[in-house]
Amino acid sequence: MAVEASTREAYGNALVGLGKQDPDIVVLDADLSPSTMTRYFAEAFPDRFFDCGLEEQNMIGIAAGLAASGKTVFASSFAIFVSCRCFDQLRICLSQMALNAKIVATHSGITVGEDGASHQAVEDLALYCSLPGFTVVVPSDAVETAQAVKVAASTPGPFYVRLSRSRTPLVHSEGYHFTLGKAVVLRPGKDVTIVAVGIMVAKALEAAEVLAEEGIDCQVASMPTVKPLDERFVAQAAWDTGSIVVAEEHLAHGGLGSRVAQVVAREKPVPMCFVNLGDRYAVSGKAEELVQRYGLTAGDIAVAARIAVQRK
Amino acid sequence: MITMTAAAGSGHPGGSLSAADIVTTLYFRVMRHDPKNPQWEDRDRFVLSKGHSAPVLYAALAESGYFPTAQLATLRKPDSGLQGHPDRNLSLGVEMTAGSLGMGLSFGIGVALAARLDHRGYRVYVLLGDGECQEGQTWEAALSAVHFKLDDLTAIVDCNKMQLSGWTREIMNLDPLDKKWQAFGWHTIDIDGHDYDQILAAFEEARDTKGKPTVIIAHTVKGKGVSFMENNVRFHGKAPTPEEAERALKELS
Repeated sequence: MAVEASTREAYGNALVGLGKQDPDIVVLDADLSPSTMTRYFAEAFPDRFFDCGLEEQNMIGIAAGLAASGKTVFASSFAIFVSCRCFDQLRICLSQMALNAKIVATHSGITVGEDGASHQAVEDLALYCSLPGFTVVVPSDAVETAQAVKVAASTPGPFYVRLSRSRTPLVHSEGYHFTLGKAVVLRPGKDVTIVAVGIMVAKALEAAEVLAEEGIDCQVASMPTVKPLDERFVAQAAWDTGSIVVAEEHLAHGGLGSRVAQVVAREKPVPMCFVNLGDRYAVSGKAEELVQRYGLTAGDIAVAARIAVQRK
Repeated sequence: MITMTAAAGSGHPGGSLSAADIVTTLYFRVMRHDPKNPQWEDRDRFVLSKGHSAPVLYAALAESGYFPTAQLATLRKPDSGLQGHPDRNLSLGVEMTAGSLGMGLSFGIGVALAARLDHRGYRVYVLLGDGECQEGQTWEAALSAVHFKLDDLTAIVDCNKMQLSGWTREIMNLDPLDKKWQAFGWHTIDIDGHDYDQILAAFEEARDTKGKPTVIIAHTVKGKGVSFMENNVRFHGKAPTPEEAERALKELS
């Protein structure tokens, strides 16, 4: 079993590091700082931390006002509350004004678990990717999270960074270097490309191991920057491997799968398969139990890859 | 405002006219700002939360010298900085993109917090509509401005008693509006929003009030100054025809 680490812990620690370097870093939260781990920043820099209470819409407006006044703002909450609930505020205050605020959400997807469907953000990538000017990043582990948060801080404009509740397996070594907008090939292969994001990256690597034993040679790529998408990589993967699987902890429509398919359709149509939640909400349960029930396991990725290869 | 909306063939003259005396007082008597240096970091900020009243903002900015008054004729045209609802453009003096109601006070709180962090003495003025006080976000912001003790923040409610489809009291009653703001912890001042002495005195009282934000509930008349526009819901979101504009300008002169 791979070593696991918490992406939100990595976020909380990275924020403190940024706060030490840059006095213009300001952090907002909506009564969830013990869970999003912005509390580390709150403890280190109480004057630059504002708890907005259960006022997510207000929090986005405040973030915009601070950003418009020269601050680099990080605003955090659970993914569900900082996407659907305040979408109009994100649209007007951050997207249309193109302000320098970073929304870092934890507890995304179904792996939030027992809290159930109301708390499971499964449409957030579709929402954020639809907003012009937003950069959307889904780190696959704690190492990448720490780097992505720093890159977000030093890159002007609005960001959405999607993190998980659960600890996730480390897929990157400490020497890893995150580059915004670039796919990361974690395993070379020639028969099919699996493009994965977030918690699905480790599962894609597992699937590739199984498929290798069957003689299917998978290229596995992590796509931490969902928007802007590394279109050149996607097109090249279609040419090189002739089939593509996209795996994400998100609804079928509007997420990474839709975005990759758009590029494939335009540049080099090849058979594609999709591993996602389909068009339905999930239920309460343990994270691993839900991952199995809703078809997000390494085994599900392997099935999709076999079908994609057969259809070539 | 009359000429602008008539030339554009659309727009919101009613709520622009009701706010005209307030906005005029702010730009010409109250705020520290420099049209030649619109990005001056210590400028007082005016945030138009009721974005549909863009014409009154643009008129004040042009008269202040942010851009030539001739540019007002470009209102609502594709390449104009004077979009139908305000689009943040500091070189023109427009602080915030607005139009979807209820967002301006939150934005103003962020700007006021930045002033505190940076030890700058500028003040933030946010103009809301009374109909806009039906938006839940307005009250989220009302709570937090008091919580953060933002005495550099002043909200003004252009209380013209009307909204798009009729009298505010009939559509979604807000009365007693002053008591609601008081209950949220704001220093509350009720004034006649067309009396320059009262407007000026209210801004002075707001400046002298410490430890909490001030809201000025300015009782106004929608379409103020033009007999056939006053209290006429038709002119909430409709421009005057050329003939109506001519009559209106005669009355105003």
